[in-house]
Amino acid sequence: MMLLPCPWCGPRNVSEFRYVSELVPRPDPAAASPGEWRDYLYLRGNQRGWVTERWYHRAGCGQYFLVDRETATDQTRPRQDAR
Amino acid sequence: MTAPGAPPARMRLGPQPGEVIDRSAPLSFRWNARPYLAFGGDTIISALAAAGERVFSRSFKYHRPRGILTASYLDPGCTVQAGDEPNVRGAHRLVEDGMDVRPQNSWPSLRFDVKAANQLAAAFLPAGFYYKTFIRPQRLWPAYEHVLRRFSAGGTTSAHAAAEYYDKRYAHPDVLVAGGGPAGMAAALAAARAGASVLLVDEEHQLGGHLRWSGQAGLAALRELTDQVAAEDAIEVMTNSVVLGRYDGNWLAVVQRGLPGVTERLIKARAGVLVAAPGLIERPYVFAGNDLPGVMLSTAARRLIALHAVRPGDRAVVLTANASGDAAAADLTRAGVEVAHVADARRGGDVVRAHGRGALRAVELADGSRHDCDLLVTATGWTAPMSLLTMAGDRPVYSQRAARFFPDPQRLPGDVLPAGGIAGDGSLDELVAHATAVGAEAARRASAASQAAAGHSAGAGHSAGAAAPGISSGPAREPVAIPELPAGEHPELFRGRTHGFVDLGEDVSSKDLQTAVQEGYDSAELAKRYTTATMGPTQGKLEVVNVVAILAGLTGRTIAQTGTTTWRPPYAPVTLGALAGRIFEPVRYSPMQPWHEQHGATPLVAGAWIRPDHYGDPAAEARRVRESVAIIDVTPIGKLDLRGPDVPKLLNLLYVNKWSKLGVGRVRYGAMCAEDGVVLDDGVTGRLGEEHYLMSTTSSGAETVAEWAENWLQTAHPDWQVHLTPVTTAFASMNIAGPRSRELLSRVASGVGLSPEAFGYMQVRTGEVAGVADCVMWRIGFTGELSYELHVPASYGLHVWEALLAAGEDLGVGVFGVEAQRILRLEKGHLIVGQDTDGLTQGFSAGLDWAIKLDKDDFIGQSELAWQAASQDYPQLVALQPADGSVVPPEGSQIVQGTAIEGRITSSRMSPALGRSICLAQLSAGLAVPGTQVTVLLPGGQRVPARVMEHLAHVDPEGERIRG
Repeated sequence: MMLLPCPWCGPRNVSEFRYVSELVPRPDPAAASPGEWRDYLYLRGNQRGWVTERWYHRAGCGQYFLVDRETATDQTRPRQDAR
Repeated sequence: MTAPGAPPARMRLGPQPGEVIDRSAPLSFRWNARPYLAFGGDTIISALAAAGERVFSRSFKYHRPRGILTASYLDPGCTVQAGDEPNVRGAHRLVEDGMDVRPQNSWPSLRFDVKAANQLAAAFLPAGFYYKTFIRPQRLWPAYEHVLRRFSAGGTTSAHAAAEYYDKRYAHPDVLVAGGGPAGMAAALAAARAGASVLLVDEEHQLGGHLRWSGQAGLAALRELTDQVAAEDAIEVMTNSVVLGRYDGNWLAVVQRGLPGVTERLIKARAGVLVAAPGLIERPYVFAGNDLPGVMLSTAARRLIALHAVRPGDRAVVLTANASGDAAAADLTRAGVEVAHVADARRGGDVVRAHGRGALRAVELADGSRHDCDLLVTATGWTAPMSLLTMAGDRPVYSQRAARFFPDPQRLPGDVLPAGGIAGDGSLDELVAHATAVGAEAARRASAASQAAAGHSAGAGHSAGAAAPGISSGPAREPVAIPELPAGEHPELFRGRTHGFVDLGEDVSSKDLQTAVQEGYDSAELAKRYTTATMGPTQGKLEVVNVVAILAGLTGRTIAQTGTTTWRPPYAPVTLGALAGRIFEPVRYSPMQPWHEQHGATPLVAGAWIRPDHYGDPAAEARRVRESVAIIDVTPIGKLDLRGPDVPKLLNLLYVNKWSKLGVGRVRYGAMCAEDGVVLDDGVTGRLGEEHYLMSTTSSGAETVAEWAENWLQTAHPDWQVHLTPVTTAFASMNIAGPRSRELLSRVASGVGLSPEAFGYMQVRTGEVAGVADCVMWRIGFTGELSYELHVPASYGLHVWEALLAAGEDLGVGVFGVEAQRILRLEKGHLIVGQDTDGLTQGFSAGLDWAIKLDKDDFIGQSELAWQAASQDYPQLVALQPADGSVVPPEGSQIVQGTAIEGRITSSRMSPALGRSICLAQLSAGLAVPGTQVTVLLPGGQRVPARVMEHLAHVDPEGERIRG
């Protein structure tokens, strides 16, 4: 089982967390076209390699945070701006 | 201990220096319905072998008699049925007094097996026989399968077997050592002395590995190592336990067996470093007759003599290519076995075939000689069980010199280190020195990794390990130099000059491999699947190298080119019970549950909650609400306490309607949508104080909404001052509904004016109810009646509940359950999110037009809702009434026009108030016009007409009752 570095609690089993999403910039809802908005809603890069993701420490501190993960190897790397 | 009729233990030797049996603890058990004697520490098979038994099972496909091959857990011929338990590894499982052991896979008896006729037909049962024969005609497969099932191997389970207890444990050792032989023990000692906490796991019942049967010198080394391990507090020893698999981040699954009262325990260990020291497994030799009872490995013979004081036979031939075979020959002589001949494979000696029917009678050697014997011991090489290493990404490399595979250190992650025989060869001292360095390095790496992790989270530089008192020097700072272990020389011996069994568990012969290659299945992975070699109970541990070598020979490739099959978890069999662990099924009850149980409530499982569905007659309960007054337990309603100056901003963001002007003492209904405009949840939120709100959610949505709100607060608006606390179970919630609810509440509430002027519809008050302070009361009406919802401190829930019932006795107060509430809200046309909406229902399709304020600043789902509104063509939530009021279309019934599906019934009930059936439905825009006749397709195929109503509410659409 993967370990995920929670910026508040330290490394914990991934089963304590809920995966939220790849970090996707949210377009300005007032300005976005339907196409842009639905890209934001539904399209993810899902690329191989290092990806910045948001996770939620559901069974821990209850904090949302960012972490970098290598999607092929499941290595993780804490981020300075995680919190 | 007496067991009348038990055969004498004629093969039992006098006391042996390293024996693990306890002669002072005689036991009796039954085998094949006959009594047998054993000593404590005997395995089922060692006890039977002591009594001279030689045949323990019939083989998988040809039902050939099988005896001892390895005398260990892996022994494919020693699988038996013990009581209710099938597939017990008889050469590993210890005898228990009174045990009832039977052979399996034999009928009518072990001695005479009808299906042994299969072996006469062996020529007609080649690899792929079943695939080729039973594929056509395809329609007959079910019939074939029915018959073939009876031919399948394995024991029997009883449907009446008692439920067993399984257990689960978590462990966090710095170093986990898999394998408790000399290398494993040395590594564990070195790691512990460097300050690491160590879990030392071994599959056998004792530590020591091959030292246990390696003569006086081995026993002396064993005693020294085990004494040191026992003296080391930082080492936890687990015997009769196996590391099943290695997963991401050194997450290790260990199954622990033989615990009192626990069938099996699964240990989930997060280890800093894994030291894999499983030792080597002796490899069988392939030749004609190699499966006859009496043909066994050198380690099997040595184990039987040294551990269980059992003479493996009377007259033996030994085929040896290494020191283990040489030592076995010496052991046999010492044990009083007549060694008729020793064939030394290093000098061209070889076995051509073994003769015998049912048991070994004679051996034919390459020099043309023939020897009568009942025991043939082979020592032709070793298999390195690479399982844990390959699970960590290793790809084993074949060494021709040593005739076995070795790990590729380049591919191993830093947190996995091999030690002992899988790493290389050497004297005992050299192996121990190597493992000692590995253990010290493992401790260093584990410490470095935990310090790095601690540095990430806290920025502190302190190591818990280094600070522990009483531990010697602590882990080294610099990498520990690990000496090289050379690959020892060993002849390549896999198959002799005849064909024999390669996989004794699956009855696959070298001839089957030949067939597979001829038919084109010439890669190791394909031949494996086609012949099922390595797919049986031993999973390649005994046979994989032979399979690969034979395939290499057949295809003209080298063994290195052929490569091995892949080792996957689990390394050893594990019960599903152990994987499932203890049964934890958390259930939530409201504080009023004892009352519900006493009053005959029918329980309803609603997520984690158990709620009263009804108390006998839901229609009567609903009528009581319409006519007088009744109370319902609504504790599972989600409740979030919101505090802070920016709560209105949060509410405006989450809900589709406006919240800026909600005054203190007011409540408002709100609906939430997700960013795709789909309805997420709904509920009412009340403003209790200037900066204090209480939000309610649906029962099933409580957690989702809390996480949803936190997400927006934490990631999008960290500057907002809002504190959110889930308080669902801090309050017991109940709803008083019905025209006389005000009267009832007035009898128990104090300090709160209840007149319609003082406490109007959609208002909230905090006050005392039945002597309980700090109760929140809000006047809302899911049922469509005048009603008050009370949230009282949970521990007083039952008290307030009973006080309400006592106070309203003369009013005819009753109780109602979830079913009556569903009827009432359907009569009122109030939607249930998730029932009348689904994962595609956007806000305007849920009858929320009146609530959605598109002119608000950014709220979640706004753009999608704006686009939905502009499209004009979306399904709508409507009320329907079937023309025939006695027909209640089941929920989910389609609404059709010709062959087109135009919608579906989302809720339907018989209305006690109207005496007819009523529905809510999702309906396409074209038909969602009041007065339209639509056709409902019932599941039985009948089509019934129904009419689209003007209002969602079937009862009191003007809402006079609710505002009364």
